[in-house]
Amino acid sequence: MAHRLKASNRPAGRKYAGTVGIFLFLTVLGIFMAFPIYLTVVTSVKPVEELFIFPPKLYTLRPTTDNFSDMFAALRENRVPFSRYVFNSVFITVSVTVLQCVSVSMAAFVLAKCQFPGSKAINALIVTALLYQSNVIYIMQYIVLSRLHLINDPAALILPSVASPMGLFLMRQSMLRMPDSVIDAAKVDGAGLFRICRQIVIPNQKPALMTLMIFAFGSAWNIQSGSLIFDEQYKTLPTAVMQAASSGMARAGIAMAAAVFLLIPPVIVFIFAQRYVIETMAHSGIKE
Amino acid sequence: MKKSSGRSSSVLWKDIKKNAACYGMLAPFMILFLIFTVVPVVMSLPIGFTDFDMVNKPRFVGFSNYRALFFSDKIFLRSIRTTMIFAFFTGPLSYILCFLLAWLINELPPFFRTLFTLIFYIPSFAGVYTVWQLIFSGDMNGYLNSFLMDTGIITSPIQWLTDGRYVLWVTIAVQLWISLGAGFLALRAGFQNIDRSQYEAAAIEGLNSRWQELVYITIPSMKPQLLFAAVMQIVSSFTAGTVAQNLVGLPSTDYQADTMMSHAYDYGWLRYEMGYASAICMIIFLMMFICNKIIGRLLSADDL
Repeated sequence: MAHRLKASNRPAGRKYAGTVGIFLFLTVLGIFMAFPIYLTVVTSVKPVEELFIFPPKLYTLRPTTDNFSDMFAALRENRVPFSRYVFNSVFITVSVTVLQCVSVSMAAFVLAKCQFPGSKAINALIVTALLYQSNVIYIMQYIVLSRLHLINDPAALILPSVASPMGLFLMRQSMLRMPDSVIDAAKVDGAGLFRICRQIVIPNQKPALMTLMIFAFGSAWNIQSGSLIFDEQYKTLPTAVMQAASSGMARAGIAMAAAVFLLIPPVIVFIFAQRYVIETMAHSGIKE
Repeated sequence: MKKSSGRSSSVLWKDIKKNAACYGMLAPFMILFLIFTVVPVVMSLPIGFTDFDMVNKPRFVGFSNYRALFFSDKIFLRSIRTTMIFAFFTGPLSYILCFLLAWLINELPPFFRTLFTLIFYIPSFAGVYTVWQLIFSGDMNGYLNSFLMDTGIITSPIQWLTDGRYVLWVTIAVQLWISLGAGFLALRAGFQNIDRSQYEAAAIEGLNSRWQELVYITIPSMKPQLLFAAVMQIVSSFTAGTVAQNLVGLPSTDYQADTMMSHAYDYGWLRYEMGYASAICMIIFLMMFICNKIIGRLLSADDL
């Protein structure tokens, strides 16, 4: 009983009827939310002739991998092997995710828990940067990158994505709730700021850190090379897949296949991160 | 005067030296943030006062872009209205939905928490506009039309994506569908981080219903995440435009679903009038800034 109490964060004596009600409500809403995704997956395995059946079917009579093989066939026409795009995207995604999680966690910790000259101004600057969305920024970023001689360099896709104001705001907000007494106690014990951050704050901030990781991974995985890269060998997987999906035999099925294919890695990372958070956090929680 | 400023600057210097470790930990983030975010933002600020086609050098034109926007651009004035309607329906509704769902999910056993979080979160990064075109397709082959005709609610297909009466509402519906993103996940993480002993203490005190727990323990300890979600919601509802562009086209029928951001996109990337587009973005920024201040006041946060 005591074990269940902790693991489900719910006081003793709570009725199960309420939980069942919540479950049913979420299931109904979930079906509605998942329907377009389901339809995407179904359409990606539908043969062409079934796309025009009336009335439209919510399932397929003869599932086929034609759309996927057509997409891969279009990809094979490129001068660069498919594995090269995969490598580029994996390299960029892993770099951005790791660099972002490390630099953002450290900065968020000092901005949330230390008072020093300039800390208030930096906090305000970050929220303002979050609000300022302009389509001219990309042009200016391009100018900055070209001044740094980074055009056509994979670093041009990595570096601008590392210092995410949204990630920092997320981590800082989450760290604000950490009791100061825990940090002060560690200071009294002689621990440096970096050690406090790594050994006390971060282990307590796993849910927020995993959320940051999900965001960082998701957005880095979708990075398109755009005008920053012109060498085919440095282009990313989404760039190549989107090209393949829209070139030549453009049809709904292939676009769906591309979307489904690109969706798989972020979903796997998401499930891994969520399971990890739920399992590690069920028994912890720093007390003041 | 000179003396006192000299002393205070030396105090400041000592303060900075004392906090050297803080600056050291801040440095990796701040260096990249300054180079790739702050510098481009500062460079883009004056563009709204120029005539800039991305080929020739920007030419200073004073306030003429802003004058044109408010006095002769009827489509822009219309887009302000659309943006307001859009933000009014997607912002608060999606914010409440984010919180409500994050809370309800947290009441379930672990396996279902992961499952439901995934189901509600996938739409925000899936980018599947093609499927919505199939659903809202204007012929009898569209899933929605076919369903409504089967059940006898309508007798002839509705042009969801081209009829001026529906395009804005279709866009709002799809925007709501993809809106359980950053704010939602941050709130989910916040729920997972609440100190369990508070609930146990509350149970002993006699606080027992989910509702009481929510009001007396959960909401007060979630304030930072609630603020984060609010800011993200403001940003996404005021800068929405991609959904409409992908779904109902740009311009949409009678400009019904054209938001300020899509107007800026139109001028910037389709007509290469970056100065004008930049001025529009500046107005969007000011609107969000004011909205943010108000929300900050409401949630009594002093750093917004």
